[in-house]
Amino acid sequence: MPPPVVQLTNVCKRFGDAEPVLHDLQLAARPGEFVSLIGPSGCGKSTLLRLISGLTPATSGHIDVLGAPPGRTDRLAYVFQDPTLLPWLNVNRNVEALLRLRNLPAAERIARRDQALQRVGLADRAHHYPRQLSGGQKMRVSIARALTLQPDLLLLDEPFGALDEMTRDRLNEELLAIRAEQNWTAFFVTHSVAEAVFLSTRVVILTAGRITAEIPVTFDHPRTEDLRRTAAYLNLVADVSRQLRALG
Amino acid sequence: MRRLLPPLLTGLLLLAAWHALHLALPPEQRFLLPTLGRILAAATERAPQLLTATGWTALAALGGLALATTTAIAFSLLLASSRLVRAALYPYVMLLQMMPVIIIAPILILWVGPGLPSVILVTFLISFFPMVVNNTQGLLSADQNLVDLFRMGKATPWQQLWLLRVPAALPYFFTGLRIAAVLAPIGALTGDYLVGTTTGGDAGLGITAMIYSTRSEIPALYATAAIACTLGWLFVSTVAATAWLTLHRWHDSYTQN
Repeated sequence: MPPPVVQLTNVCKRFGDAEPVLHDLQLAARPGEFVSLIGPSGCGKSTLLRLISGLTPATSGHIDVLGAPPGRTDRLAYVFQDPTLLPWLNVNRNVEALLRLRNLPAAERIARRDQALQRVGLADRAHHYPRQLSGGQKMRVSIARALTLQPDLLLLDEPFGALDEMTRDRLNEELLAIRAEQNWTAFFVTHSVAEAVFLSTRVVILTAGRITAEIPVTFDHPRTEDLRRTAAYLNLVADVSRQLRALG
Repeated sequence: MRRLLPPLLTGLLLLAAWHALHLALPPEQRFLLPTLGRILAAATERAPQLLTATGWTALAALGGLALATTTAIAFSLLLASSRLVRAALYPYVMLLQMMPVIIIAPILILWVGPGLPSVILVTFLISFFPMVVNNTQGLLSADQNLVDLFRMGKATPWQQLWLLRVPAALPYFFTGLRIAAVLAPIGALTGDYLVGTTTGGDAGLGITAMIYSTRSEIPALYATAAIACTLGWLFVSTVAATAWLTLHRWHDSYTQN
């Protein structure tokens, strides 16, 4: 069995003297898994991602990310809820921004950038500025930027939450297509049970800072939009929704 | 061309209204609102004096503005660097903003002598504060998500400053500069009025206006006022153009076509 990409052991997180946001968390993700985190608002899902990424330290417990403490690895990429683009740079410059921070040589930087833009289908918008893009396009640029890091682990915090349903569904499918080629492990926070079930190999329900259920999702890959209409899928979505309501 | 038509028409209407008003006044009061012909004549008669004065005022305004801009940038970088520094210094910035330049003008003369140096100092004091406040706000305005992104990208504090905070601050910088560009010529003129001198050879528009005033040369006063307006307009237009060049491609305040 390959070692876990992410391992959380007895992890607690509290801010100051407030009530703990996360209690005694045990969670692991094996390479190639797609783990969705769902749960009521404020239950700690985003905090969990921030712990894994190293943006916030855990109050207690042990976190292992790609064999090191959080924040050390450079094989991790984060996609925020907001596209988080730099408004004063065009799409090209935005996509390569993280590579510039790392002082990657120009040839490699340009190659990775063009490849990532190509992969999200925005090569023809390379010279546009963020304000000329739609919400869905901005999110694609944000994902392209993450992909330039060639990550082993991708953390996504409700990336498609602000988009309309059709765009969201399409981006779900595109995300899985990219994953099929690049094989990263993913943690995906979402409010949508349907999205979680469609994308994941495992759905984790977080309630009040604790993991209250883990549901494996065994549909075959590649998953297309046809899956969304099958009885098996719809039943699973209903089942998970029911569990979520019962637990939350 | 079509965009020039409305202001051109308004201009003609205003000229006509001016002339009508002049004629509407009883003959003994018409001196209060001289005809444009008289104003132009007064200006042409005094052209060398007015040109030199404008030159000095423009120089003072530019000097004071340049000094204020550079100092404000440095100071705002300091203020933006830490919460502690801001807490320690900001109240005094706010306080000093209120200082009435008119009252400390005599003190300025004692420090740097009358004439151009004082006028530059007056202009500096008037232009400095709006820029510090705006710059600081701008440097602190970067989206928290972007800050996180840079942190995860292992950006050095230098990179965070130059690649994130400074670009994010640019719109705010130009807001402050625009305000200062309006205030600088007015400040230079007012400063000249308060601390300017005819003996130093650097008499600006302020002192010149005062001389016309004491001699009741009213058309000349109007001419001076018009020149002052034009000078101010030049300053603001230059800043607006620079702002446009820097921001128009990406900032929301510029409409897309």
